[in-house]
Amino acid sequence: MMAAVLDVMAWASIVAGLFFMLVGTIGVLRMPDVYTRLHAAGMTDTMGAGLLLFGMALHTITGMMNGQGHWWTVLVRLAFIYGFLLFTSPIATHALARAGLAGGVEPWSNEKGDQP
Amino acid sequence: MFVVATAGILVAMALALVRALLGPTVYDRVLAVNTFGTKTVLLIASVGFLTGRPEFLDLALVYALMNFIGTIAVLKFFEFGDLGLTRHVAREVE
Repeated sequence: MMAAVLDVMAWASIVAGLFFMLVGTIGVLRMPDVYTRLHAAGMTDTMGAGLLLFGMALHTITGMMNGQGHWWTVLVRLAFIYGFLLFTSPIATHALARAGLAGGVEPWSNEKGDQP
Repeated sequence: MFVVATAGILVAMALALVRALLGPTVYDRVLAVNTFGTKTVLLIASVGFLTGRPEFLDLALVYALMNFIGTIAVLKFFEFGDLGLTRHVAREVE
Protein backbone atom coordinates (compact mmCIF):
# COMPACT_ATOMS: atom_id res chain seq x y z
CA MET A 1 0.00 0.00 0.00
CA MET A 2 2.65 2.47 1.12
CA ALA A 3 4.93 1.42 -1.71
CA ALA A 4 2.13 1.95 -4.26
CA VAL A 5 1.50 5.49 -2.99
CA LEU A 6 5.22 6.25 -3.16
CA ASP A 7 5.35 4.86 -6.70
CA VAL A 8 2.51 7.13 -7.83
CA MET A 9 4.27 10.10 -6.19
CA ALA A 10 7.51 9.21 -7.99
CA TRP A 11 5.64 9.07 -11.32
CA ALA A 12 3.94 12.40 -10.69
CA SER A 13 7.15 14.16 -9.71
CA ILE A 14 9.09 12.79 -12.68
CA VAL A 15 6.34 13.83 -15.12
CA ALA A 16 6.18 17.29 -13.52
CA GLY A 17 9.97 17.60 -13.76
CA LEU A 18 9.87 16.67 -17.44
CA PHE A 19 7.13 19.27 -17.99
CA PHE A 20 9.23 22.03 -16.40
CA MET A 21 12.32 20.92 -18.30
CA LEU A 22 10.57 20.95 -21.68
CA VAL A 23 8.88 24.30 -20.97
CA GLY A 24 12.21 25.83 -19.92
CA THR A 25 13.97 24.54 -23.02
CA ILE A 26 11.21 25.83 -25.30
CA GLY A 27 11.66 29.15 -23.50
CA VAL A 28 15.40 29.04 -24.28
CA LEU A 29 14.44 28.54 -27.93
CA ARG A 30 11.77 31.24 -28.17
CA MET A 31 12.87 34.10 -25.87
CA PRO A 32 14.22 37.19 -27.62
CA ASP A 33 17.71 37.73 -26.13
CA VAL A 34 20.37 36.24 -23.83
CA TYR A 35 19.07 37.69 -20.56
CA THR A 36 15.50 36.50 -21.04
CA ARG A 37 16.79 33.09 -22.12
CA LEU A 38 18.80 32.89 -18.89
CA HIS A 39 15.53 33.20 -16.99
CA ALA A 40 14.02 30.21 -18.80
CA ALA A 41 17.19 28.15 -18.39
CA GLY A 42 17.29 28.89 -14.65
CA MET A 43 13.80 27.41 -14.26
CA THR A 44 15.00 24.22 -15.94
CA ASP A 45 17.85 23.89 -13.45
CA THR A 46 15.80 24.40 -10.28
CA MET A 47 12.34 22.95 -10.86
CA GLY A 48 13.07 20.49 -13.67
CA ALA A 49 16.20 18.91 -12.22
CA GLY A 50 14.88 19.15 -8.66
CA LEU A 51 11.62 17.33 -9.36
CA LEU A 52 13.35 14.69 -11.51
CA LEU A 53 15.91 13.95 -8.79
CA PHE A 54 13.13 13.92 -6.17
CA GLY A 55 11.25 11.35 -8.26
CA MET A 56 14.40 9.22 -8.49
CA ALA A 57 14.78 9.44 -4.69
CA LEU A 58 11.17 8.32 -4.20
CA HIS A 59 11.78 5.45 -6.60
CA THR A 60 14.82 4.44 -4.54
CA ILE A 61 12.78 4.50 -1.33
CA THR A 62 10.17 2.29 -3.01
CA GLY A 63 12.98 -0.13 -3.88
CA MET A 64 14.10 -0.08 -0.24
CA MET A 65 10.61 -1.13 0.88
CA ASN A 66 10.80 -4.03 -1.59
CA GLY A 67 13.99 -5.13 0.08
CA GLN A 68 16.80 -3.77 -2.09
CA GLY A 69 20.11 -3.15 -0.36
CA HIS A 70 22.49 -0.11 -0.34
CA TRP A 71 19.63 2.28 -0.98
CA TRP A 72 20.98 5.03 1.26
CA THR A 73 24.18 5.52 -0.78
CA VAL A 74 21.96 6.19 -3.81
CA LEU A 75 19.98 8.74 -1.80
CA VAL A 76 23.19 10.45 -0.67
CA ARG A 77 24.43 10.67 -4.26
CA LEU A 78 21.13 12.15 -5.43
CA ALA A 79 21.30 14.73 -2.64
CA PHE A 80 24.88 15.59 -3.61
CA ILE A 81 23.94 16.07 -7.29
CA TYR A 82 21.05 18.34 -6.31
CA GLY A 83 23.29 20.27 -3.92
CA PHE A 84 25.91 20.87 -6.61
CA LEU A 85 23.25 21.98 -9.11
CA LEU A 86 21.81 24.29 -6.44
CA PHE A 87 25.19 26.01 -6.06
CA THR A 88 26.54 25.92 -9.62
CA SER A 89 23.43 26.92 -11.57
CA PRO A 90 23.00 30.45 -10.11
CA ILE A 91 26.76 31.07 -10.31
CA ALA A 92 26.85 30.09 -13.98
CA THR A 93 23.77 32.22 -14.72
CA HIS A 94 25.29 35.22 -12.96
CA ALA A 95 28.63 34.81 -14.77
CA LEU A 96 26.84 34.50 -18.10
CA ALA A 97 24.80 37.69 -17.58
CA ARG A 98 27.92 39.57 -16.45
CA ALA A 99 29.95 38.35 -19.41
CA GLY A 100 27.11 39.30 -21.74
CA LEU A 101 26.98 42.84 -20.35
CA ALA A 102 30.77 43.17 -20.48
CA GLY A 103 30.69 41.84 -24.03
CA GLY A 104 28.28 44.60 -25.07
CA VAL A 105 25.04 42.70 -25.58
CA GLU A 106 22.17 45.18 -25.27
CA PRO A 107 19.21 43.93 -23.19
CA TRP A 108 16.09 43.46 -25.27
CA SER A 109 13.39 46.05 -24.63
CA ASN A 110 9.87 46.48 -25.89
CA GLU A 111 10.16 50.29 -25.93
CA LYS A 112 12.86 50.26 -28.56
CA GLY A 113 10.46 48.45 -30.85
CA ASP A 114 12.57 45.29 -31.00
CA GLN A 115 10.80 42.30 -32.45
CA PRO A 116 11.00 39.11 -30.33
CA MET B 1 8.99 5.17 -15.65
CA PHE B 2 12.58 5.94 -16.59
CA VAL B 3 11.96 5.21 -20.27
CA VAL B 4 9.63 8.22 -20.29
CA ALA B 5 12.13 10.32 -18.34
CA THR B 6 15.00 9.41 -20.68
CA ALA B 7 12.93 10.15 -23.79
CA GLY B 8 11.78 13.52 -22.43
CA ILE B 9 15.32 14.54 -21.45
CA LEU B 10 16.56 13.58 -24.93
CA VAL B 11 13.89 15.77 -26.55
CA ALA B 12 14.90 18.69 -24.31
CA MET B 13 18.57 18.13 -25.20
CA ALA B 14 17.70 18.25 -28.90
CA LEU B 15 15.90 21.59 -28.40
CA ALA B 16 18.90 22.98 -26.49
CA LEU B 17 21.17 21.90 -29.35
CA VAL B 18 18.98 23.83 -31.81
CA ARG B 19 19.55 26.98 -29.73
CA ALA B 20 23.30 26.26 -29.63
CA LEU B 21 23.36 26.04 -33.43
CA LEU B 22 21.12 29.08 -34.05
CA GLY B 23 22.16 31.37 -31.19
CA PRO B 24 23.12 34.76 -32.64
CA THR B 25 25.72 35.71 -30.00
CA VAL B 26 28.37 33.53 -28.45
CA TYR B 27 26.64 33.90 -25.05
CA ASP B 28 23.53 32.20 -26.42
CA ARG B 29 25.70 29.27 -27.43
CA VAL B 30 27.40 29.09 -24.02
CA LEU B 31 23.98 29.20 -22.33
CA ALA B 32 22.70 26.40 -24.56
CA VAL B 33 25.78 24.27 -23.87
CA ASN B 34 25.40 24.88 -20.14
CA THR B 35 21.76 23.74 -20.11
CA PHE B 36 22.78 20.82 -22.34
CA GLY B 37 25.32 19.81 -19.69
CA THR B 38 22.73 19.98 -16.90
CA LYS B 39 20.43 17.77 -18.95
CA THR B 40 23.30 15.37 -19.57
CA VAL B 41 23.70 14.96 -15.79
CA LEU B 42 20.01 14.07 -15.49
CA LEU B 43 20.23 11.78 -18.52
CA ILE B 44 23.11 9.82 -17.00
CA ALA B 45 21.19 9.45 -13.71
CA SER B 46 18.02 8.41 -15.54
CA VAL B 47 19.81 5.84 -17.71
CA GLY B 48 21.45 4.49 -14.55
CA PHE B 49 18.05 3.83 -12.99
CA LEU B 50 16.71 2.53 -16.32
CA THR B 51 19.38 -0.17 -16.53
CA GLY B 52 19.16 -0.91 -12.79
CA ARG B 53 22.64 0.36 -12.05
CA PRO B 54 22.37 3.45 -9.80
CA GLU B 55 26.18 3.49 -9.61
CA PHE B 56 25.93 5.70 -12.71
CA LEU B 57 25.10 8.52 -10.28
CA ASP B 58 28.84 8.82 -9.56
CA LEU B 59 29.42 9.68 -13.22
CA ALA B 60 26.58 12.21 -13.07
CA LEU B 61 28.19 13.82 -10.03
CA VAL B 62 31.54 14.19 -11.78
CA TYR B 63 29.87 15.50 -14.93
CA ALA B 64 27.98 18.17 -12.97
CA LEU B 65 31.25 19.56 -11.59
CA MET B 66 33.09 19.38 -14.92
CA ASN B 67 30.25 21.14 -16.71
CA PHE B 68 30.30 24.00 -14.20
CA ILE B 69 34.07 24.45 -14.38
CA GLY B 70 33.99 24.37 -18.19
CA THR B 71 31.26 27.01 -18.39
CA ILE B 72 33.03 29.34 -15.96
CA ALA B 73 36.35 28.94 -17.80
CA VAL B 74 34.81 29.69 -21.21
CA LEU B 75 32.92 32.70 -19.84
CA LYS B 76 36.02 34.08 -18.15
CA PHE B 77 37.87 33.75 -21.41
CA PHE B 78 35.16 35.64 -23.29
CA GLU B 79 34.88 38.35 -20.65
CA PHE B 80 38.56 39.09 -20.14
CA GLY B 81 40.23 37.51 -23.16
CA ASP B 82 42.48 35.70 -20.68
CA LEU B 83 42.05 32.93 -18.13
CA GLY B 84 44.33 34.44 -15.48
CA LEU B 85 43.41 38.13 -15.36
CA THR B 86 40.64 39.67 -13.28
CA ARG B 87 38.96 42.92 -14.31
CA HIS B 88 40.98 44.90 -11.74
CA VAL B 89 44.31 43.59 -13.04
CA ALA B 90 43.17 44.06 -16.64
CA ARG B 91 42.51 47.78 -15.97
CA GLU B 92 45.94 48.22 -14.41
CA VAL B 93 47.59 46.55 -17.40
CA GLU B 94 45.80 48.98 -19.71
